Amino acid sequence: MAIIIDAPAAVEPSIRVPRDPRAVRRINANRTRINWWATALIAVCAFTVLVPLYFAVITALKTPDQLGGTGFELPNSFHWQNFVDAWTLTRFPQALMNTALITVGAVVLTLLTNSLVAYAIARNLHKPFFKGVYFYLLSAIFIPFPIIMLPVVKETALFGLDNQVGLILLYAVFGLSLNVFIYVAFIKSIPIELEEAAYTDGATTWRVYWQIIFPLLTPMNATVGILTCVWAWNDFILPLVVLSDPAARTLQLSQFVFQGQFNTNYSAAFASYLMAMAPLLIVYIFAQRWVISGVMRGSIK
Amino acid sequence: MATPVLTRPRPEHTPRASRPSTTRRRVGATPRAFYWMVVPAVTVFALLHTVPVLIGVFFSFTNYAGFGSWSFVGFGNFIALFQDDRVLKAYGFTFGFAIVATILTNVISLAVAVGLNAKIAFQSTFRGIFFIPYVLAILVVGYVFQYFFANSLPRILSGVPVLRDNILTNPDWAWTAIVALAVWQSCAFAIILYLAGLQTIPQELYEASAIDGATPRRQFRSITFPMISAFFTINMVLSLKGFLQTFDHIIALTAGGPGTSTESITLLIFRGGFQGGEFAYQSANAVLFVIVIMLVSFLQFRVLQRKEADF
Repeated sequence: MAIIIDAPAAVEPSIRVPRDPRAVRRINANRTRINWWATALIAVCAFTVLVPLYFAVITALKTPDQLGGTGFELPNSFHWQNFVDAWTLTRFPQALMNTALITVGAVVLTLLTNSLVAYAIARNLHKPFFKGVYFYLLSAIFIPFPIIMLPVVKETALFGLDNQVGLILLYAVFGLSLNVFIYVAFIKSIPIELEEAAYTDGATTWRVYWQIIFPLLTPMNATVGILTCVWAWNDFILPLVVLSDPAARTLQLSQFVFQGQFNTNYSAAFASYLMAMAPLLIVYIFAQRWVISGVMRGSIK
Repeated sequence: MATPVLTRPRPEHTPRASRPSTTRRRVGATPRAFYWMVVPAVTVFALLHTVPVLIGVFFSFTNYAGFGSWSFVGFGNFIALFQDDRVLKAYGFTFGFAIVATILTNVISLAVAVGLNAKIAFQSTFRGIFFIPYVLAILVVGYVFQYFFANSLPRILSGVPVLRDNILTNPDWAWTAIVALAVWQSCAFAIILYLAGLQTIPQELYEASAIDGATPRRQFRSITFPMISAFFTINMVLSLKGFLQTFDHIIALTAGGPGTSTESITLLIFRGGFQGGEFAYQSANAVLFVIVIMLVSFLQFRVLQRKEADF
């Protein structure tokens, strides 16, 4: 089968008579030569991405009296005290712990529960009950957050979930629709014979999931894990409306809360912004390829 | 990748009837474990997602303030919404902002993605740089932009009338600053999506068309764009849907001001619902907003997909 399809394609190039010899040369050149015009344009665009980051870094290192001017001048001396001020003013360690706890909790809970639900659905899609559940979850993708916002706050307060644990649960629940969609498409491509062999050997459904399916899901787990991690770490609106105890504040929330208290001390404010951005940025810099390919995989289903 | 190798040598690959009884039992009835995997999770989902939606719809027909007693008012809230200047203004601002931001995001990211996909130097470094905004919190980046618009830009471009003063305090032009932040941030994801699309196009198509004498512009119009039109549709729908719900951008830059000139619908629902004692009224607003968003997304899909089919 494969040979029959491949054969004409392999022969074709040699049969085709080029109409324009210059075009052929151009193609051969295009295959190897670097397009410097495109490189320059892309470099200019990339520059605009980096400018705000440069701006944030140099502002965070200035003393308040160096802040005049356009703001793009390099500081004449590094003022590390800004970071110390921001550290204490925003209660950074506490906020970092909260964000880290919520993010790790959300990622772990999401990976374990969402893949489990998706596995059960993917293997039983021909049965009305599971098919119904699948479409029920999918339909929720189209429901935007604003309508949930007001009631969910009442509900979380009622159940005593207006804390970090509640947020972890909400991320796992609100992500369920999209993640099930991503997982089910992938699980359907895993041959069922593997599982049948395990059942023949007497494995239970739980064991098949945990020892066969879950390890095979690794690429999708990476995708779902990255998406959940970025969402939970950077989210502002959900912590803002759900959390009631000031001690439970996340990093983003504390930037908002302490915004007024920086008054004119913009340098300390910028130090605090940098510290809020840094953890995820550092992870990204080291795992760049992996993160991008993970997000790409999720977007092409 | 490893799976075909594992499955091929299996001798039991014969009719189902010849299998041991444990497997045969499975063919008929669903193992109870599958229900245990789904039912608890879906119950929690219903409780924390579907029930809030229903509560919101329910209270949109009442005069509940968020506390105390309430009674039914029928469609009263919805009628009042259409006569509320603040609400209409919020819709006007939100849609204007979302449409401009969607167009800019898609034009810029498509151009950057095509550039990134070409033979350029330092390709993966540039790709890495363009994706940085995706991992940064909008709120925090917004504060950086806010300082830039308020303190730096007036000094740098002191000759330009609108930018000479802090643009964020200008009721007519503050929205452009929000667009700038939104586009800067959301291009990251859109570029990656377009890049994924561009990489599905076989190189042979370009070579064949070049032999037939197609110019780069013609190649883009007749090959590149048709081949990634599905990604274009998804990107347009996702960006518009996201921008319509904008919240963090506005909190960081203008907090809805000056006055209420940059108040988005989500911000209005948040403020009225939590701080203004308008729980029921803003629930009605949210119901209306959700219907609008779903309608817009649906229409967008229909229009864009019909275009896709043309090619």
